[in-house]
Amino acid sequence: MNQLQNQSSQLETWIILGATSSMARALARQLSMRGASLLLCGRDFDDLRSTAADCMARGAHDAQACAFDARDTNSFAAIIDRALTQEGMINCAVFVGSMPSQDAIDADPNLIHGTIQDNYTGPATFLQMLAPELEARGGGTIVGVGSVAGDRGRIGNYVYGSAKAGFATYLSGLRNRLTRAGGHVVTVKPGFVDTAMTWDVEGMFLVAAPEKVASDILNAVKKQKNVIYTPFFWRYIMLIIRNIPEFIFKKMSI
Amino acid sequence: MSWKTLETTGWGRAHTATGDVARPERATQLKRLLAAAMMPAFGMRRSYGDAPLNSAGPSLDMTRLDRVLSFDSTTGVVHVEAGLPIGDLGRMFAAKGWIPPVMPGTGFATIGGCIANDVHGKNHHVVGSFGQHVIEITLIQGDKSRKITLKSAPNLFKATVGGLGQTGVIASAKLQLAPCKGDLMVLTERRIDGLDDFFDAFDDSRSDYTVGWIDATAKGANLGRGVLEESEITSGINPGSGKPKSVPFNAPAWALSAPVVRIFNELYFRRVPASGRTSVKPITDPFFPLDTIHNWNRLYGKAGFNQFQCVVPLDATKCLRIMLERISASGLASPLAVLKKMGPGRGGYMSFPMEGYTLAVDFPNRSGAAYLIRDLTDLAKDAGGRIYFAKDGVAQAKQVEGMYPDQTAWQKAVAKADPDGALETDLVRRLELRSPPHTVTPATGGNV
Ligand SMILES: Cc1cc2nc3c(=O)[nH]c(=O)nc-3n(C[C@H](O)[C@H](O)[C@H](O)COP(=O)(O)OP(=O)(O)OC[C@H]3O[C@@H](n4cnc5c(N)ncnc54)[C@H](O)[C@@H]3O)c2cc1C
Ligand SMILES: NC(=O)c1ccc[n+]([C@@H]2O[C@H](COP(=O)([O-])OP(=O)(O)OC[C@H]3O[C@@H](n4cnc5c(N)ncnc54)[C@H](OP(=O)(O)O)[C@@H]3O)[C@@H](O)[C@H]2O)c1
Repeated sequence: MNQLQNQSSQLETWIILGATSSMARALARQLSMRGASLLLCGRDFDDLRSTAADCMARGAHDAQACAFDARDTNSFAAIIDRALTQEGMINCAVFVGSMPSQDAIDADPNLIHGTIQDNYTGPATFLQMLAPELEARGGGTIVGVGSVAGDRGRIGNYVYGSAKAGFATYLSGLRNRLTRAGGHVVTVKPGFVDTAMTWDVEGMFLVAAPEKVASDILNAVKKQKNVIYTPFFWRYIMLIIRNIPEFIFKKMSI
Repeated sequence: MSWKTLETTGWGRAHTATGDVARPERATQLKRLLAAAMMPAFGMRRSYGDAPLNSAGPSLDMTRLDRVLSFDSTTGVVHVEAGLPIGDLGRMFAAKGWIPPVMPGTGFATIGGCIANDVHGKNHHVVGSFGQHVIEITLIQGDKSRKITLKSAPNLFKATVGGLGQTGVIASAKLQLAPCKGDLMVLTERRIDGLDDFFDAFDDSRSDYTVGWIDATAKGANLGRGVLEESEITSGINPGSGKPKSVPFNAPAWALSAPVVRIFNELYFRRVPASGRTSVKPITDPFFPLDTIHNWNRLYGKAGFNQFQCVVPLDATKCLRIMLERISASGLASPLAVLKKMGPGRGGYMSFPMEGYTLAVDFPNRSGAAYLIRDLTDLAKDAGGRIYFAKDGVAQAKQVEGMYPDQTAWQKAVAKADPDGALETDLVRRLELRSPPHTVTPATGGNV
């Protein structure tokens, strides 16, 4: 059984951006159990090293911590170079993101730049650099984590939402491009997930465990889904929210 | 680091506490939080009563610090963060030929919780308690992080193992895993017709893992009847586990009423053929039989339940008989009742185990249950035994006074480690565990 598992996934490398997120940790663990190689990328090196050790104990073929800062594009090339030393398919899952409160942004509008870099332009630049390599190898999957917040601008967090919307549009274009070369892009729109980002956020409901999001992602990768909501019912919640006429929506605060 | 106001409960759900909770996901966040202010930590809150609760201040949820930090496949020494569930550790390493030498009846218990309650398993008579296999503990006290071993800091180490989290927050620990033959268990079950037969069966058992299920509703000639489970680790083809099931909502009160429990227990007893039976299971199944049904605590309904667990010396068999008589007469027992013979192994000053018989029984949180548990607590104490704090929610301070012979040594180490009492939990306060005994000061001489 183990041997079979390893054989089928021996040639699978995953770059994980924002690997300190608990959603990313859950995904890395599930990938480890099928023997994948992992490049765990982020800013907190000590923490990444702990996750790398954990992944090795859980069966990863290889797991390394890599320095990555979404706001410093100079940090990107080294990661891609490292991935290229691995044989087989290269895949990438993007969990990077930040969500300053709307109040904080109102007080200091300059926070918008960082929010957009963390959620959109940083990862998009990285993926833009990586795309030719996937094309060259004729395959590979990109998982981009956006948010239901990107489906419609709301008073509570429209800067974060707009960054996620930009990223989602980018992913849709990238999917269009990579499909031609045998690659695939999955856009992931989580609802509320029980992570560090949301621990103190009030008014959350139907909160999902990070492990649930991770298994939904792997399922979507396997089935080559394009856009998933996780947990699935958010698709219907957002369908309703997207269809509220603007003249009503603009007076609502949800 | 952010805070959330939460209402927390132990596994029995009969006690609650409301307070601010932080849940660090990284070691650096944990350090930063504790440098700012010390507070008690909890794991998966699989303790039944109020051991993991703090209604007087903030607390720390350790469950996101759950990684394996290193593993040496030649020595079997593993370094893990304190929030890792022990069942995960078991599942991860059994296929590689290593197993945690001690596992409690639930795989959800975290390593921190296993240390702080110095938990025991069905093999206690063979390998002792969990703390005896802990090589090193990384303990955080304010802005200090210390690595302690039994050798380097014997008092602090023995006050931490089984120490209910009163010496500091356990960030990580190095454990010695035991080599194991495979990832399967051969389980043999056999009916036991009464209490004396149980004592004999324990004496005769040569198994590494031995535990008895008791029908706590049985009376008269059947008193103490049950099923003896003996198991051994082996290798072979894994038959696979079933998918976990879950209890989706609180059950109504009749679900565990006396007649239902009596019928259930009768069926459970008869389930094992009179001639006994043997089966092969994945390794975690016999260790964690209840874990296959998630949230089974909801079966007790909204009011929750309490567990009574005591250990009494080997010669206190009469005391056990009286306990079982009172339990069956009360009509309050649930199907969950366990009897086991313990060895002397214990790792800390306040560790529960001692050589003798341990009896554990669940009681729905109904009128009369607390009285019964207190009554049983007195019986245990009078017999020279003690109760298990991991299970307790209703005992009174004066009842447990003097139960733990090394309590004074523990109190000394704790007073040094946490002079301000920042680590006190609801249980520690209720049982006044950190206060000196209430002895009447002898009237010698005048005031000093
Ligand atoms: C179905 C079931 C079966 C069980 N079977 C057994 C058994 O066979 N044998 C046995 O011994 N026990 C058994 N138990 C009890 C259980 O193993 C213990 O209560 C264990 O301590 C639970 O671990 P936890 O992570 O949930 O800890 P919690 O209940 O959350 O906490 C327990 C104590 O540990 C402290 N603590 C937790 N983490 C830390 C940390 N990181 N640093 C400092 N202090 C900490 C808490 O303050 C508290 O005092 C069983 C429980 C259940 C629900
Ligand atoms: N939680 C939810 O309910 C929810 C819902 C929808 C979508 N999401 C999205 O899911 C993803 C994961 O979030 P999470 O909830 O797990 O929260 P999180 O723990 O805060 O994760 C965010 C991750 O992004 C990283 N990051 C932020 N800025 C960075 C930068 N400049 N450079 C490099 N890394 C950076 C963080 O790394 P550092 O360690 O370096 O800070 C962290 O790993 C995010 O994209 C988030 O927007 C979350």
